[in-house]
Amino acid sequence: MTLRVRIWLASAVALLLFGSALTFGLVAWAGYQQRSSGPSEVQTQENAASTGPKVVFRNTASGMGYGLVASVALDDPSGPRVVTSQACDRVYATRTIGMCLHIDRGVVTTFTASLMDATWTETRAWPLPGIPSRTRISADSRLIASTAFVTGESYGTVGFSTQTVIRSVDGTDYGSLEDFALLVDGHQVTAIDRNIWGVTFSADDTVFYATAASGGRTWLVRGNLAARTLTAIRDTAECPSLSPDGTHIAYKKNLSTLTAPHWSIAVLDLSTGQEIVLPEERNVDDQVEWLDNDNLLYGLPRTDAVGDSDIWSMRSDGSADPTPFIEHAWSPSVVL
Amino acid sequence: MYISFSDRAAKKDADAPAVPHAPKTATRVSSVVIALGIVSMLTDVSSESVSAILPLYITGVLGLSTIAYGFIDGLYQGISAVVRIAGGWAADRGDQPKWIAFVGYGVSAVARIGLLFATGFGALVTIITADRLGKGLRTAPRDALITASSQPENLGRSFGVHRMLDTIGAAIGPLLAFVILFFIPDGYSTIFVVSLAFALLGVVILGLVVPNTRPRAATAARAGTGEPKLPFRWRNLTDPRLRRLLLTAAILGVLTIGDGFIYLVLQSRDSFAATWFPLLYVGTNLAFLIFAIPFGRLADRFGRARIFVLGHLALLAAYLCAAIPATGLWLTVACLVLLGAFYAATDGILAALAAESTPSASRASGIAAAQTVVALARLIASTSFGLLWFALGRENAMLIVAAILAVIIPLAAVLLRGVLTRSTLTTGTSS
Repeated sequence: MTLRVRIWLASAVALLLFGSALTFGLVAWAGYQQRSSGPSEVQTQENAASTGPKVVFRNTASGMGYGLVASVALDDPSGPRVVTSQACDRVYATRTIGMCLHIDRGVVTTFTASLMDATWTETRAWPLPGIPSRTRISADSRLIASTAFVTGESYGTVGFSTQTVIRSVDGTDYGSLEDFALLVDGHQVTAIDRNIWGVTFSADDTVFYATAASGGRTWLVRGNLAARTLTAIRDTAECPSLSPDGTHIAYKKNLSTLTAPHWSIAVLDLSTGQEIVLPEERNVDDQVEWLDNDNLLYGLPRTDAVGDSDIWSMRSDGSADPTPFIEHAWSPSVVL
Repeated sequence: MYISFSDRAAKKDADAPAVPHAPKTATRVSSVVIALGIVSMLTDVSSESVSAILPLYITGVLGLSTIAYGFIDGLYQGISAVVRIAGGWAADRGDQPKWIAFVGYGVSAVARIGLLFATGFGALVTIITADRLGKGLRTAPRDALITASSQPENLGRSFGVHRMLDTIGAAIGPLLAFVILFFIPDGYSTIFVVSLAFALLGVVILGLVVPNTRPRAATAARAGTGEPKLPFRWRNLTDPRLRRLLLTAAILGVLTIGDGFIYLVLQSRDSFAATWFPLLYVGTNLAFLIFAIPFGRLADRFGRARIFVLGHLALLAAYLCAAIPATGLWLTVACLVLLGAFYAATDGILAALAAESTPSASRASGIAAAQTVVALARLIASTSFGLLWFALGRENAMLIVAAILAVIIPLAAVLLRGVLTRSTLTTGTSS
């Protein structure tokens, strides 16, 4: 075979390969168009008239409204949902404000945290260093926290990295929690692989809880915004969530001995220090939300569809099996 | 006695026909180098398009946490370094660098098929491991092929052309992936199919178009000693020039902290850098591909070791530009340009230096040794810089590394003095 023949052959292969890839892409695009412009697979309603207690979440039902912020009445979670026009990948809301972490897809994809008012209009925005992970707002709607993964370093990254910041709605920036002093058993941890994520606020605006990690270990830490410290109060606990009455903390706990983690939900009684692991067999990778002082909400990806998930509910004392709460939904927050 | 690279240079005119597809003059780059560059470009489009969206895919679609992702990312780093040595050795041992590289590219391409069916953590880890195995395996044999297809006078330029094409692929890959996600937000399988198409085409072009150059056989034929070929010997790797090169590369590598740290400093100060943080590495790649050929030519004219050492001045400048207490768009851009210039002056040039410090029978091993030393040294650099970063604050830590680098650069120049002179003019024979 002469070089000329070989080059022709390679060109033919190129045509064949790119032709097939293009065809595959066009079919996928047409399929996506059909799915996204079709009617939603859940019942939706136009008017946001309801002013009572509700659950705000990310709608993951396929069809129109996928990925948008939606809400249902707290007393009828499986009822019709009110879908807004705001797309978020992670969302949290109170009566007066909302936090929306979103991926801005494009030729250059970037990530943003937006502070929204009660009508889901953006009032402020900050760039995120990577994929959105967690966000929370304090009960008095004064403080906001967001966690994002740090991505975009091509081949050369070692280990995973998160960036968590706390800000106040009036403009104070408390900066990255990595700059807070991390104390474990009275000693300051200074290793560079420290990562902080998953903030939950308490009724006292100087105190919050979060996850700290270093050297393959994780801790539940109590943070102090004034002293800029993080003090470890318990081993092996991630993404804490404080109960509305401030007496219990629910978190995910990695009970796997393999390299692939498997998270269960555990609930810690802050007054007695007693921890119970709930009988949820599935792998829960979410920051739990308290439905009330006795019940938890958390998301689980659906096994039958990519990019879809359900919100489940479970008693915080583990006395009953988990039950589905809102289907085709993710990232719940209870707005009273 | 072995025939060193430098000897070949001296007898260039007589030997030129023995180098297949190599141009007779040093002013043009061999078509083989361009073909290898295109293979690398296609492969980089393939791997970088997947790398760029992998975090999104793992967290958003597979529903895995990022702790798992961190584990996968760590794999990326380690595997490549170890396998690289094996790839270099195998290429020298069998005197078949093309086919070792072919296996490397092939393994990575086949791994992409698996990506279409991966549903869990274990599957993904296996696939990424296979992909990195392939990358480690192919690098040194491919660089040995580039050397064998080039004239000693234009080796720097040849590597410059190759690295430019390679980096074009690395810049296109993420953009292509994000364009696909823009049109099809859940189009991960489309990205995997497109990635597979690019990878397969790369393998096909390598197999069909790139000739199977056999450096050892060619050298033996040229030497005309009557011996069929000179065998591979580990002893060939103890050339004092190579040893000095490895030592210098290791010392400088330990002072080369990861780009990620520089991006983080920029991100913390400049709103432009914060907004575009996930894409800063594309900026560095752009500068790299622009400088790759000019710096390669400079290296051919003024000495490769000299440009290699001087390239670290660009790194030093990048540290300073990240550490000075000023902010602004231009400072961020300057930082990225300096980082790109550093890679352009060191990445391909290091391979060229290693190639000319090793006899042809052990060339792939020599290149592999240099690249592995640098990879390991940089791993140590990021780990220890992390400690410094926390203990002293990021700007101070960066200034300290910059200060050490400023002292080490002249020292490196002294260490490499033997190689500093235009190496094509030296006669490095030994028995």
